[in-house]
Amino acid sequence: MADPTAAAGPGRIARLGAWIDERFPMTKLWNEHVAEYYAPKNFNFWYYFGSIALFVLALQIVTGIFLTMSYKPSATEAFGSVEYIMRDVEWGWLIRYLHSTGASAFFIVVYLHMFRALLYGSHRKPRELLWIFGVLIYLALMAEAFFGYLLPWGNMSYWGAQVIVSLFGTFPLIGDWLIEWIRGDYFISDITLNRFFALHVVALPLVLIFLVVAHILALHEVGSNNPDGIEIKKTKGPGGHPVDGITFHPYYTVKDLFGLSVFLVLFAAVVFFAPEMGGLFLEAPNFEPANSLLTPEHIAPVWYFTPYYAILRAVPAFLDTQIWGVLALFAAVLLLFFVPWLDKSPVKSIRYRGPIYKVALMVFAANFIMLGYCGLKPAVSPYTTMSVVGTIIYFAFFLAMPWYTRIDSHKPEPSRVTT
Amino acid sequence: MIRLRALLVLLAAIPAGAAASTEGFPLQQANTDVSNLASLQRGARNFVNYCLGCHSTKYMRYSQVAEDLALTEDELQVNLMFTGERIYDSMESAMPADKAREWFGNAPPDLSLITRSRGPDYVYTFLRSFYEDPSRPTGVNNAVLAQTAMPNVLAELQGSQLPRFEKKAGNDGKEVDHLVALDPGTAGDMPAAAFDSFVRDTVAFLEYVAEPAKARRKSLGVWVILFLLMFTAFTWFLYKEYWKDVK
Repeated sequence: MADPTAAAGPGRIARLGAWIDERFPMTKLWNEHVAEYYAPKNFNFWYYFGSIALFVLALQIVTGIFLTMSYKPSATEAFGSVEYIMRDVEWGWLIRYLHSTGASAFFIVVYLHMFRALLYGSHRKPRELLWIFGVLIYLALMAEAFFGYLLPWGNMSYWGAQVIVSLFGTFPLIGDWLIEWIRGDYFISDITLNRFFALHVVALPLVLIFLVVAHILALHEVGSNNPDGIEIKKTKGPGGHPVDGITFHPYYTVKDLFGLSVFLVLFAAVVFFAPEMGGLFLEAPNFEPANSLLTPEHIAPVWYFTPYYAILRAVPAFLDTQIWGVLALFAAVLLLFFVPWLDKSPVKSIRYRGPIYKVALMVFAANFIMLGYCGLKPAVSPYTTMSVVGTIIYFAFFLAMPWYTRIDSHKPEPSRVTT
Repeated sequence: MIRLRALLVLLAAIPAGAAASTEGFPLQQANTDVSNLASLQRGARNFVNYCLGCHSTKYMRYSQVAEDLALTEDELQVNLMFTGERIYDSMESAMPADKAREWFGNAPPDLSLITRSRGPDYVYTFLRSFYEDPSRPTGVNNAVLAQTAMPNVLAELQGSQLPRFEKKAGNDGKEVDHLVALDPGTAGDMPAAAFDSFVRDTVAFLEYVAEPAKARRKSLGVWVILFLLMFTAFTWFLYKEYWKDVK
């Protein structure tokens, strides 16, 4: 289409743009990261979750700001202020449900996003640092969720925090001192609530935003992987751009907009019709105020932590200490950092890998869900046995990876992306 | 200070004990409907007459009840407010907590969120499951919450109920009395069906009190989802249009 202002020289907007560009790399940044960022054209279903995660982060920050305006971080007022938000604040119930459902949605989206990496080898060279930033985001997200869960000051908030903080007490010699240092008191108290509030609304969001920026910068430096696990930069056209690449804008902005719409339908279904999600997203005992004298009938962390909670409980105490379970818990998360180097397969994508990795990955995914289920259940038979088996499978997937990815067969990778 | 091991042992032990108390006595379905205004209005009347004397719902304001239940200020003051509160006050019991502790052993809990922490079915079944037990100070016990300190305030409506026990082997192999059913004793002022809907309305009101936005949330949700489905259709066509030239 012809620009009507073109004949009369640059328009006002264009002149403003030029004025800014002389002083700030606005157009340069837009082109580098959006309009002229070449992404492979063969992204499938699994590639929606990165942009959805970014959306959920923004949603959590915006709803979080509005919640902060009415929430009171004090042991005597916190529980009541949440009910005040639910009843007296205009649209407060919606803001609160968006935030509480958003927390669970964040983990669902991030788990699917991480699974995508394991499917198509997105963690492999040259994207190791991209993966490491991703695992750091996951860690920061877990901390953010944990600190946030104390804030409603319900009984499950209180006892959940009690259990998690107690984990640090298993460290030899410094354990007791460490717990006191974290709580700032001899028990979970008003002081603990205040510092968790500070960490939840200021410290960790800053860390998360910084890490997300680093994650995206690293992605745009090396370029996106794709379902074929091959480098599109190897085949460039006359213009110097990858032949199998298309610009992120408008192609992936419109495609991700569609993906986001589908996500929003599902998200709204939960927010409006099942915000408690049968006690998974908002647990029933959390509708009673924190009570240090009354333990809930059954303490389980929120669902996104339960696979690790099952691992914690699966490891028995010996040499008179519980620390082994805690070490297993930390090891289970920290192992993720090493995946780029544990994977020895000559190909990246599951499409060209042999049967061993395919089976291993599917077993791992099913096992992770099973561990999560065990973590929700009381520590009785058969869940205790299932947790032990699940823990062994979880660690075997990572620790045996160098071996089974090496002996596994593989098919030749294509030179160009397939559809 | 609670050590991790003590905590984990505690967590492992508690569910088994808790399961036993509700195990033999299944909860009945409350079948409440928070979008039924007439039911909520009757429930509000029942609540202020039979519950509010001892139990507060401190997060609920009278004015909010009037607004949501389509009551005028006059209707509100005549039917629901008896002790000189102002309409913007929250619904607090007039009974002092320390006296309550003296009279009943513990203070009656605030009921603002009871249907969210325990579930409507729990409250419904609890209110219908008092039975004669001369060993209790109140003369009654409860099938759902054994040894409850609460007297059967609905006895005049429901009449009395007698427990039916069966001998059953417990976990340790010893025979224990196991409550299997409640049989009707002396008749109350209400036929059984009328009493059930009386309790249902009361529980529906408590469910409304626990989340005043519940009915609104669901009716609004239908429109939000319809809008988002339409939006999804548009973004689908937009995506297809742009991707025509991607070979």
